[in-house]
Amino acid sequence: MGKLLAVVLLVIAIGSAIPILMHTWWMPEDISSHGYMIDKQMSETMAESGIAFVAAQLVLAGFVAMFGDKKNGRKATHLPGGAKAVVIAAIALVGTEVLALGVFGKDAWAEVYFKKAATDALPIQVQAEQFGFYFRYAGPDGKFGPLHPDKIDEGNQNFFGLDPANDVESRDDIIAASLVIPVNKPISLMMHAKDVGHSFYVRELRIQQDFVPGLDIPMHFTATKVGKYEIVCTQLCGLGHYNMRAYLEVKSQEDFDQWLKQQSQ
Amino acid sequence: MSDASAPVAHQHAAPTGLLRKYVFSLDHKMIGKQYYGLALVSVFLGMILSWLMRFHLVWTNAAIPGLRLLSKNGAPGGVMTPEYYLSLLTMHGTLMVFFVLTNAPFAGFGNYFLPIQIGAEDMAFPRFNMMSFWVTFVAFLVLIASFFIPDGPPISGWTAYAPLSAVGKDAGPGLAWGQNLWAISIGLFCVGQLLGSLNFIATTLDLRTKGMTLSRLPISTWAWFITSCIGLLAFAVLLPACVLLILDRVAGTSFFIPAGLVISDHLQPHSGGSPLLWQHLFWFFGHPEVYIAIVPAMGIVSHILMASMRKPLLSVKVVYVSMIAIGFLSYMVWGHHMFLSGMNPFSALVFSFPTLIITIPATIITMIWIGSIYGANLRFHTPALFSLGFVSVFVAGGVSGFFLAQPSLDIYLHGTYFVVGHFHMVMGVAAIFGILAGTYFWFPKMSGRMMNDTLGKIHFWLTFIGVYCIFMPFHFLGFAGNVRRYSTFVDDYLQPLLPLHKFISIAAFVTGAAQLIFLYNLIYSRFKGAPAPENPWEATSLEWSTTSPPPFDNFGGRHIVVNHGPNEYGVDGAHGDFIMQDSPEPEPAAGD
Repeated sequence: MGKLLAVVLLVIAIGSAIPILMHTWWMPEDISSHGYMIDKQMSETMAESGIAFVAAQLVLAGFVAMFGDKKNGRKATHLPGGAKAVVIAAIALVGTEVLALGVFGKDAWAEVYFKKAATDALPIQVQAEQFGFYFRYAGPDGKFGPLHPDKIDEGNQNFFGLDPANDVESRDDIIAASLVIPVNKPISLMMHAKDVGHSFYVRELRIQQDFVPGLDIPMHFTATKVGKYEIVCTQLCGLGHYNMRAYLEVKSQEDFDQWLKQQSQ
Repeated sequence: MSDASAPVAHQHAAPTGLLRKYVFSLDHKMIGKQYYGLALVSVFLGMILSWLMRFHLVWTNAAIPGLRLLSKNGAPGGVMTPEYYLSLLTMHGTLMVFFVLTNAPFAGFGNYFLPIQIGAEDMAFPRFNMMSFWVTFVAFLVLIASFFIPDGPPISGWTAYAPLSAVGKDAGPGLAWGQNLWAISIGLFCVGQLLGSLNFIATTLDLRTKGMTLSRLPISTWAWFITSCIGLLAFAVLLPACVLLILDRVAGTSFFIPAGLVISDHLQPHSGGSPLLWQHLFWFFGHPEVYIAIVPAMGIVSHILMASMRKPLLSVKVVYVSMIAIGFLSYMVWGHHMFLSGMNPFSALVFSFPTLIITIPATIITMIWIGSIYGANLRFHTPALFSLGFVSVFVAGGVSGFFLAQPSLDIYLHGTYFVVGHFHMVMGVAAIFGILAGTYFWFPKMSGRMMNDTLGKIHFWLTFIGVYCIFMPFHFLGFAGNVRRYSTFVDDYLQPLLPLHKFISIAAFVTGAAQLIFLYNLIYSRFKGAPAPENPWEATSLEWSTTSPPPFDNFGGRHIVVNHGPNEYGVDGAHGDFIMQDSPEPEPAAGD
């Protein structure tokens, strides 16, 4: 029975490791300026955790195969070094791993959250609601008009609750259903929830951030590759959660300028 | 602590009426069985819900036979609606976390065995004990009632994030009375757990028999004691959180709801609340809850491993200290559920550090388990197999914690199936393995009959291989960015992942079906199992010093005197390689 368990543990360890090593299911190509740090951290964590997982399963397999009851009255023996060795090894191994991961991991986090957006970043407001995303650009005046929740009217496509009759800044604001951005240009998102909690997740951008009703949350990034990507909601927001999505369209600066021009007409 | 000269009188006489004996029982053993039974009903219910969800995920438009009977609105023509999927998801999580993972390993086994293991006749407060179960049972009924109201169960998940859970019917189906029932149910559940935790603490500290010093407590009792301390603090926070949620919902307060929300075209009449307050209160409970599920399982598994290995762990004291450290640290890590919640990003680093540190005591315990097998005379009976399986899946679930403890990786993995894989492995599967190990181990004590070992082993192999087939691929899906809590995968990038989902679903059906073998074994053995020998596992703790099942006062009026530690295995005793705790034999020269 011990040998059978050992073989099964061995198969589990190897079977789990193969798809990881082959990247059968893995992160898509990164298209952000900060993503390489997350990817590096992910690979290092994968290596350390993967080795820990496989090693633990193999040692467990080895011991259950070796130390089955022989019914011959063998006196139980103890691991050389005893508990002291185990504790020291655990603290040394895990402690080093924790420190290494903790210290090196902070860079990626700092890049996304501690650094302020570049001063020339393009500001875009994104509003999440059941069950879609809407994006607002400031227009030629560079200013966003104020929001009036009581003016929100989906029927008239006033998703944000703008009041262009009274607010001058709102008159040139551009509303879009896709997040269209220029490549290699810092983007500064201001995230606003209309109703309940949502989240903004673009795998390729290595960006995920919750929308919290009552809070306007800043987020910034730079996309480095032209293309069309899916933005999905990752915070349970109601019955249409699965279908809450939009597209991120990363365009060349010229294409973006042209798109913006079309929108403001 | 009591001693033999001042015995704790059994406060109540052995009941004779059916109602007092089997229903409103004051006997900790019956209450333990009631908790276990409730967990058993809940786990099969929760598993059936997971089958329905897994079916819907891969055969989205196919009708599920019989589902229409459960809910006409939720499954018109037998095809599950997206909102009904979320209702089932909420109920699956709530049933499993509260009514299974808390009830069985802690309240169930703890109630039955803690008093016996310390040589007591009952719990310190038998009436509180009865009340704690019946409040929990009412909580269960209230939760299940949500299936039978027109709107159905809530769709906000077991985490019930505000404001989705707080604003009422505007936010979606199930969020009117369904959500009220949920909040009332969980509030009641908290009351039951608080009463139970207090009882466990008082019993462990006050009712130990003569000679049962703290260092002679069996490791399972230590685990239940530590868990009750964790539970006392955790449920004391979730209870007021549920009260505030109910007030927001029915009394017009705004604890969790800010101003200016427009839901279903209605400007909500609330202002001044914070959705993050709910998250803080919920996770202040929610993270320790993981340990409320897993620490008793650690204790049970350690207890069984020693009896199976025929030697003590390398150091039980190190395991005690590590479990206490885990309990203590579990209160400092709740924010790691909220890295991306919009709270101050500096706090992410503060919460990340203790989260990484908590892996140290967890690793120490795991390495002690594995290291202790070296040089053992391991007996591969079913309880031992499930205990060894527990160690394996606990490692699998633990290492994925390294990823999620790092805020920078959470940016990618949060909200994906990676998280689902992680907590199912480390909290769900590991704790279930602890429960199953405990069931096979203690069934002879509870019923006087053995469970069938062959069926037990078939159950183990199918379950052990099955859970890896189900939950390891969840991690792969997470790496591919597969979002969780989606009723249907409509996004383009998710389409290539559907075959893997199909594999998981089939594995879930097979593994779930294997649990029927367990159920059959449990019921068959209860009535037709072979009579249990006095001490079938040759174990040392006090539950094996009495009859199976134990009499009403546990030891038939005997005052037990403890002379030995609980881990005297691999020694030359009068009756083999072990010494019972109450054996009058002198302490061996080289003990633990």
